Amino acid sequence: MSDADAKDSPEQAEFRAQCQDWLAKNHPGRPPVKLPQGALELYDPAALAWLQKWQKSAYDAGMLGCDYPTEVGGGGKTDCQAIANQEMQQARTPYLPNVIGMGMAAPTIFFHSQDDVKAELLPKLLSGEEIWCQGFSEPGAGSDLANQQTFAERDGDNWVINGHKVWTSLAHFATWMILLCRTSKDDKYNGLSYFVVPIKSAIGNGVTIKPLIKITGGTGFNEVLFENLVVEDRYRLDDVGAGWKVAMTTLAHERGAGPMVTPASGGMSLEEGETVSTSNAMSLVDLAQSQKRNNKTAADDPMIRDEIVKLVIRQEGMRQTMRRMTVPPLTDHPMRIPLQSKLNYTELFQDMAELAYHIEGAASSLNVTDENAPAGGQWPFAFMNSFGMTIAAGTNEVQRNILGERVLGLAKSK
Amino acid sequence: MTERPKNFGFSEDETMLRDSARKFFQDNCPVDKLHSLVAYDHDVNRSNDCNWDRDLWQQIVELGWTAVCIPEAAGGVGMPLVAAVALAEEAGKAAFPSPLLATFNATFVLNACKSDAATKALTEIAAGKATSLAVTNQQGSWEPADTDVSIDGGKLNGVSYYVQEARKADQFLVSATHADGVGLYLVDSNADGVEIVPDNIIDLTRDQAHIEFNNADAIELAAPGTGIDVINQALPAILCIVSADMVGAGEWLLQTTVEYAKTRVQFDHPLGFFQAVKHPLVNVMLDIDRAKSLTYNAACAVDTEPEAAEKFARMAKSQAGDMAVFSSSRAVQFHGGIGFTWECFVHLFFKRQMHNQVLYGDAKYQRAKLADMLIGDIA
Repeated sequence: MSDADAKDSPEQAEFRAQCQDWLAKNHPGRPPVKLPQGALELYDPAALAWLQKWQKSAYDAGMLGCDYPTEVGGGGKTDCQAIANQEMQQARTPYLPNVIGMGMAAPTIFFHSQDDVKAELLPKLLSGEEIWCQGFSEPGAGSDLANQQTFAERDGDNWVINGHKVWTSLAHFATWMILLCRTSKDDKYNGLSYFVVPIKSAIGNGVTIKPLIKITGGTGFNEVLFENLVVEDRYRLDDVGAGWKVAMTTLAHERGAGPMVTPASGGMSLEEGETVSTSNAMSLVDLAQSQKRNNKTAADDPMIRDEIVKLVIRQEGMRQTMRRMTVPPLTDHPMRIPLQSKLNYTELFQDMAELAYHIEGAASSLNVTDENAPAGGQWPFAFMNSFGMTIAAGTNEVQRNILGERVLGLAKSK
Repeated sequence: MTERPKNFGFSEDETMLRDSARKFFQDNCPVDKLHSLVAYDHDVNRSNDCNWDRDLWQQIVELGWTAVCIPEAAGGVGMPLVAAVALAEEAGKAAFPSPLLATFNATFVLNACKSDAATKALTEIAAGKATSLAVTNQQGSWEPADTDVSIDGGKLNGVSYYVQEARKADQFLVSATHADGVGLYLVDSNADGVEIVPDNIIDLTRDQAHIEFNNADAIELAAPGTGIDVINQALPAILCIVSADMVGAGEWLLQTTVEYAKTRVQFDHPLGFFQAVKHPLVNVMLDIDRAKSLTYNAACAVDTEPEAAEKFARMAKSQAGDMAVFSSSRAVQFHGGIGFTWECFVHLFFKRQMHNQVLYGDAKYQRAKLADMLIGDIA
C-alpha cells in the first residue's frame, strides 16, 4: 500500500478501487492516428474524434468532474478528482481533448454563472462532447490582459459583440468560448465583463475563424473575429463590470491554484516504438550517442556531457518539486510551488531543444522534411514550438512578476 | 524493499524535530549574535581562533540531535536520514558554527562499518563526542582511495587535509593505506602523535585543519581493503547533509535580500519594483526549491532505495552547489554598497555557501560522475 492510499478517506478508497477496476478493463489502447504532444495542438479531426471518445468513456465511468455536484453533471463526490487523476496517470491513459473546458471554463462557470446555465453547459463540457476555447488574448492585450478592446454592447436581453481575439487554441473545434471583453470604456479593470459565447453555431453569423500560422509553418491556433455576434444575457457570468474578478477564477485554475482540481489524464507515450521524446531530457543522451562532433561521438564531449546532465538534474528537480508540492509541511507559501511549475517545464523543454542544436551541429539546420535530419528533425522543431509555451498563458516574464509579488511580496512592477 | 513514500519520509516526528530546531536556532543563534561571535575582528591577519558557542553545542547534544541517525542499539534515536537533513537545513539557515554536520557525516561512515569498534564509536557519539572525517589528501581529492596517511603496526603516519571542524571534534575517523588496501581508523583528537594544524579559512562559521599523525595509536573500524566501500556507502548521506545546509543558507540569503528589496528605495521605488532585481530573486527561489526537492529525494533514497541513492545524491549536490553560488552572489549584489561591507551580515552566509559548494566535490565534479552513470564512460 502506498502512502497516498494510506491517507484516503473511506469514500476515496472505494472510488480509487472503482477507478482501478474500470481502467484495467477499459484502457482505450493505442490511437489509430498520430497524436500531437498535447490537446492544444490538435488539428486532425480524426485525432480529436478518438480522444473525444476516450473522454466520454472516462466521464461515463465517473472519473471526470467527480467533485462537481450531480445537478451539473458531476459525480457529487468530495476530493475524488485527484484520485481519478492519479489512477489515470498510473494506467498511462491518453490525454483529454477538452482541456480548456475542464481546466478553465468549468470552474469559472461553476463559481460565477446562474444555475440553469451550469446545468445546460457543464455535462457536455465534462463529457467532452462540446469542446471549449478561451477568448482572452487580443492583438493589443497579451500580457496586459486588462487592455481588452473587444466590446459587448447591451441590446435589451441580449449583448452584441464586436472584436478580435487571437492565439485561440482549439477554436476550430470549439462549440463554446469563454470570453473576456469590455462593456465600458470608463474604467480599465471595472469596465470588463465575462461571457460564454457560442462559436460553432455562429460561424458565418457573427463569428469568423481563421487559422494563424506558427513559426514552424504549422497550424495550431486561430484568430476569431466577432461582427455583431448576438449573445443572450443569461450567458453573462457574474455582474456587468465584474469580468476581471471572474477572469481571476479562470487564471487561478489555469495555474493549478484554484479550489477545483482539474480532471486530467495522461501518461501514455505518444510515439510507440520511437525513442525520441523532446519532453524527456534523457532523449538527449540517445541523440548525443548518435551524433558526431569533430569525428568524435558527441556523447564523449565533456562540455556536451555537462550540459546534458544539467538538464537531467533540472528535470528530476522539477519532478521532485511536484512531489513535494503535495506535502504541506514541506512547502512554505502555499502558492510558491504551484506558481513555479509553468516556468520550470517550459524553460526546461526550451533549453533541452536548444542543447540539441549543439549536439547535432550542422545537421540541426535540416528541417523535419529532410530525410537526413537527425531524429526526424524533431529537436529544432521542438525548439521553435517551445516559444508557444514560454509565451502562452502569461509570458514567463509576467509569471516572474507574479511570483515576485505574490510569493516574495516584492513591490508590484508596472 | 520499502516503497518510496510520497512525503520523502517526513512523518510527524521528523517535522516536529525540524520545527523545534528552527525555533532553537532562531532563539539561540540570531544573526547579530553570530556576527559578534565569529566576525568581531575583520583584520585579514586576525588571530585564527576557533569561535563557537560550546554551551549551545552541549544543549544540542542533550536534546539528542547529534544522535538522531545512530541506531537505538548504539544508544541513538534511530531516525532516518531525512531527520538529519531537516536539522542540517535549519543549522544552515542559521549558519550555525558547530561540529553537527561533521558528526552526522562520521555517523554515516560508522553505520557503514558494521564492526564492533564502530558500534562502540557510535555509542560515544550518542554520549556527546563530536566526531569528524579525516579522509582527504593534500590535493583535496574526494576519491575515497586517495589518502596521504598510512597505517602499520596499528600506528598512523602522514597528514589528513581539509578536515572539517577539527578543533571542535573530540575524535577523528581517518582513512589510511595499508599493504592490504585502505582501512578506516579512530583516533582521539588529543592523543599522542596527533597534531591539529588549523588552516586560515575564509568561512567564519567553520573551522578546518590538516592533521599530522606521527605514530599515533589508532583503533581499526574497517579493515584494510574495505575502507573505500565503506566511504562510498556513506557518501550519498554525506552529500545530502551538506546539500541541506546549502538549502537552509540559500533560503536565509533569499529572504534577507527580499526584505532589503522591500525596504530600500531608489528612484522613488523599493528595489523589488524593478524587474532587474525581481526576476533574478525569483530565479534564486526556483533554484532553491529544486535543490531542496532533490535533497529530500536523495535522503529518501538513502533511507528506502539505496541502489538509487548515489545518483540522486550527486544530483542534489550539483544543484545545491550551483544554487549556493547563485544565491550568494545575488544577495551581495542586490544589497549594493552595503552588501560589499563587513558590517552587513550577508558575508557570513556568502562565505559559508562558497565553502559548502566545494566540499565532497563541486557541481561540475558531481555532473562528471553523473555523466559516467547516465551516459556511460568516455570511449
